[in-house]
Amino acid sequence: ISGSSSVASMKKVVQQLQLEAGLNSVKVSQAAADLKQFSLQNAQHDPLLTGVSSSTNPFRPQKVCSFL
Amino acid sequence: MATEALHENETLASLKSEAENLKGKLEEERAKLHDVELHQVAERVEALGQFVMKTRRTLKGHGNKVLCMDWCKDKRRIVSSSQDGKVIVWDSFTTNKEHAVTMPCTWVMACAYAPSGCAIACGGLDNKCSVYPLTFDKNENMAAKKKSVAMHTNYLSACSFTNSDMQILTASGDGTCALWDVESGQLLQSFHGHGADVLCLDLAPSETGNTFVSGGCDKKAMVWDMRSGQCVQAFETHESDINSVRYYPSGDAFASGSDDATCRLYDLRADREVAIYSKESIIFGASSVDFSLSGRLLFAGYNDYTINVWDVLKGSRVSILFGHENRVSTLRVSPDGTAFCSGSWDHTLRVWA
Repeated sequence: ISGSSSVASMKKVVQQLQLEAGLNSVKVSQAAADLKQFSLQNAQHDPLLTGVSSSTNPFRPQKVCSFL
Repeated sequence: MATEALHENETLASLKSEAENLKGKLEEERAKLHDVELHQVAERVEALGQFVMKTRRTLKGHGNKVLCMDWCKDKRRIVSSSQDGKVIVWDSFTTNKEHAVTMPCTWVMACAYAPSGCAIACGGLDNKCSVYPLTFDKNENMAAKKKSVAMHTNYLSACSFTNSDMQILTASGDGTCALWDVESGQLLQSFHGHGADVLCLDLAPSETGNTFVSGGCDKKAMVWDMRSGQCVQAFETHESDINSVRYYPSGDAFASGSDDATCRLYDLRADREVAIYSKESIIFGASSVDFSLSGRLLFAGYNDYTINVWDVLKGSRVSILFGHENRVSTLRVSPDGTAFCSGSWDHTLRVWA
């Protein structure tokens, strides 16, 4: 009977929702402040953000010495 | 029999109303916590200056669309896979090809580098994920040492080694994700819950524990507990397929890229979407996303051939990169954050810095 499998899958849906309802979430203001802090604290160690110079970035063109 | 059916109908009805109640409660709670937007919190953060990012290397050699790529932990080697059935390992500094293997199928949609740098995993229309040890012995045929690890009932869309060479996580068009033991090929855990093809996955940074996030054609992003197989959080705000998911470096959030032309940021502790990265002028799907090392920048590759660079905190676009001559299908930032690599349907990969 299709009925019993609907009941079974509906039970799973309810269980999943109960799980999610049990989460202790934080306010967006708090979560956002933490994301902001993390990015700002790590900014100086972010080569693509700070634009690392040629001498330390292996992909940027090296300054070439020419022999005269 | 009639009374049985009646009883079942009552149970189904009461379960449905319980589900509706719970959903309503969840929405109420989420709304209460939604006291501010991320970009408002970031209002006083200094705006980013002009970015000069150019293609520094172009990797040519694939005979058809590049579908996936991954960096080696050594920050210079790259593995890429293509519709032409080939998987190539490149030295991105020199652009030399170090290894190449031809898969028995076309559309190799997924590939990954092992943490040790000694093996790669790949798969696609063959419904499998196979591991190839990398050998430098010219006499050895790479394909001979192939090990079939994962078996799905539909195409493999994504794969990733966990913290070691010993376990692989896979995502499939069959709607499931799975965790496998590489040595024995044994299925360790399976993850059911997506209502359609799973297209992408990303493992949480090791400090945050045993979870991963997946995205699919059901427009859902789901966070899973690797040990129990349980879905711990689910997010459904995208309006179309989610092609790519990537954790924010702190592990507290993740970004997604979708066919609805937007990228979004979901915070796990606030349990909700906290930012949308979109513009009216961007109408093509985002296929792949990745963060810079600090999480301040989000790089996203699109089906309109461009790469947009977003200020994650302020929600604005800081740069648009041109160069590819067809869809950008895959994008990853290098392990030390000095560059990022993009792969495209134009058969090439580009390294940008």
